[in-house]
Amino acid sequence: MSAKHRTLYDKIWDAHVVEQRDDGTCLIFIDRHLVHEVTSPQAFEALRLSGRKVRRPELTLAVPDHNLPTTARVDADGNRIPIADQESAAQLAALEANAPAFGVRYFGATAKEQGIVHVVGPEQGFSLPGTTIVCGDSHTACHGGLGAWAFGIGTSEVEHVLATQTLLLRKSRTMEIRVEGELGPGITSKDLILHIIGVIGTAGGTGHVIEYRGKVFEDMSIESRLTVCNMSIEGGARGGMIAPDETTFAYLKGRNFAPKGEEWDKAVAYWKTLHSDEGAVFDKSVVIDATEVEPTVTWGTSPEDVVPIGGVVPDPLSFADPSKQKAARASLDYMGLEPGQRMDEIEVQNIFIGSCTNSRIEDLRAAAEVLRGRHIHPNIKWGIVVPGSGLVKIQAEAEGLDKVFIDAGLEWREPGCSACLGMNPDKVPMGERSASTSNRNFVGRQGPGARTHLVSPSMAAAAAVAGRLADVRELSKQPA
Amino acid sequence: MDPVTQVEGGAYPFGMKNVDTDIIIPAHFLKTVSRDGLGRGAFEALRKDPANVFDDPQYKGSPIIIAGDNFGCGSSREHAAWALLDMGVKAVIAPSFSDIFAGNAFKNGILTVVLPQDQVDRLMEVARTDPITIDLESQIVTSPFQDRFSFEIDPFRKFCLLQGLDEVGLTLTRKDAITGYEQRLAQEKPWLARGTGLAA
Repeated sequence: MSAKHRTLYDKIWDAHVVEQRDDGTCLIFIDRHLVHEVTSPQAFEALRLSGRKVRRPELTLAVPDHNLPTTARVDADGNRIPIADQESAAQLAALEANAPAFGVRYFGATAKEQGIVHVVGPEQGFSLPGTTIVCGDSHTACHGGLGAWAFGIGTSEVEHVLATQTLLLRKSRTMEIRVEGELGPGITSKDLILHIIGVIGTAGGTGHVIEYRGKVFEDMSIESRLTVCNMSIEGGARGGMIAPDETTFAYLKGRNFAPKGEEWDKAVAYWKTLHSDEGAVFDKSVVIDATEVEPTVTWGTSPEDVVPIGGVVPDPLSFADPSKQKAARASLDYMGLEPGQRMDEIEVQNIFIGSCTNSRIEDLRAAAEVLRGRHIHPNIKWGIVVPGSGLVKIQAEAEGLDKVFIDAGLEWREPGCSACLGMNPDKVPMGERSASTSNRNFVGRQGPGARTHLVSPSMAAAAAVAGRLADVRELSKQPA
Repeated sequence: MDPVTQVEGGAYPFGMKNVDTDIIIPAHFLKTVSRDGLGRGAFEALRKDPANVFDDPQYKGSPIIIAGDNFGCGSSREHAAWALLDMGVKAVIAPSFSDIFAGNAFKNGILTVVLPQDQVDRLMEVARTDPITIDLESQIVTSPFQDRFSFEIDPFRKFCLLQGLDEVGLTLTRKDAITGYEQRLAQEKPWLARGTGLAA
């Protein structure tokens, strides 16, 4: 047992210890496991080779997302359109075969429930407060927005979870990120998390599980909380969480795999105990002033390379650390930028609205609000909007958001990871720039030589209209 | 898994900080259903520079990489560890590693050796001319000179590496404890035990 005054993470940890070894390592029970096509084939293959079974198939949910093309999946006659890329097709076929063979629930490529694992889990009520949630994907931290301890794992761990429903873990340190004050008008959860990563750096949370605390998070919708927790890994933390509250319970009630009836009441009573106790001590504490957060964009090739939209490209010499100076020079070279260049004068050719960070209904509404009655700038050669799941797509179409995007000159796609990572047909061409609502601006992330600027959905929409990075607050002042 | 006791040989004096897993193995190489052959994609972008350290005949085939802070940050792809293995790498020495990468490396028998920056700098120098030895049993890195740097490693990981243990097999011996936990859970939090079975 941990100390008397426990953090949220302590409570979830304590509730999941199957047994503790002499060296302090614990066997931790895993409540929920999400599986996609890219990091699972070798795990299922290993089970097959060793003659092992999936211990608790009902605790795993499989859905393809990473390399599934986002173009039409069925033709006019309702027949599946084959995937052109042979390797992608083979990975998808492997998941399609492995899920039923091992008794795992599977949402296939053409199911309306299909989508990005981190959109599907919460949306289905599969991800729940107080649970341990894992997936072979580092953005699993996302589900922490529901008050879960969720983290990414490698393929060997995927195999371990499938075979044993546990993982051998050592307890992480805890880190509190307390945000004080309120966000200004037009400032989103994406701006906030980019700002936070800029403050703590990409290794700031290494070895830690983050708890985001403060009124800002209490006031946030679940979609916004998922966006914040999603990018915990960009700050180095394997997990990030926000204590569940009435907003969480209201979001989950009635969802497909969420508890029902008497069990629902029992669950809520338990979930209400899931918060850090008064007097609980965190190993590390960072305080952020919400009023300082501006619409935030990245200038470099690391998510910590952030600057307010009203700012300029920094001079590498402005960094004290010589290795950071070197990294900044390499970043600027790759990005084709000069120190002192105004961020809001940087022209973009590509717009990507989507990814597990920003493809939920609230994100699409925010982008559509900016684009309604407007058209994309002639600078924009390629712009796509990719809903996070089939259910998000259906909801968006019911609200007419698809028409807003199409009328503005953007493409409306099928759900998937899309242009967040260069492993499906959606890529940003070499040397061109994108304003992207995804989570990583690494070298080559959106395709070889692609130059990524991370932004919020409304800022991506503003960039689409302006043909350059732009302050959405300025645009909102002008009539559409 | 083969037991790991010692890694000895040349080292790539790489030194780069914040090496993310997209740098180690770009996403377009992840479309495989096997663990083998990923070495061809390792450090692809960096290897476009003809002067890159990985294709330098002096270092090619070395079992050790010496890198900067925060090695392996970014995605959880175990393909990063498989790519290193496939290019013959058995150990990485750096001042710090991302948590997920360190776990993936361990599960594939790759040592992640954490040493302070000044010792890493010294080994960068050594690597330009001489081999380096990492002894897991004694937890010491040595050079043909007077260098002797001790490092920390999780005792459980050390035990598994030295014995070449299969972690899944090891956990399956604790089946009764897991079953006991599951029975308690089904009592206390029945909604959790049902999982996808809860759908209408």
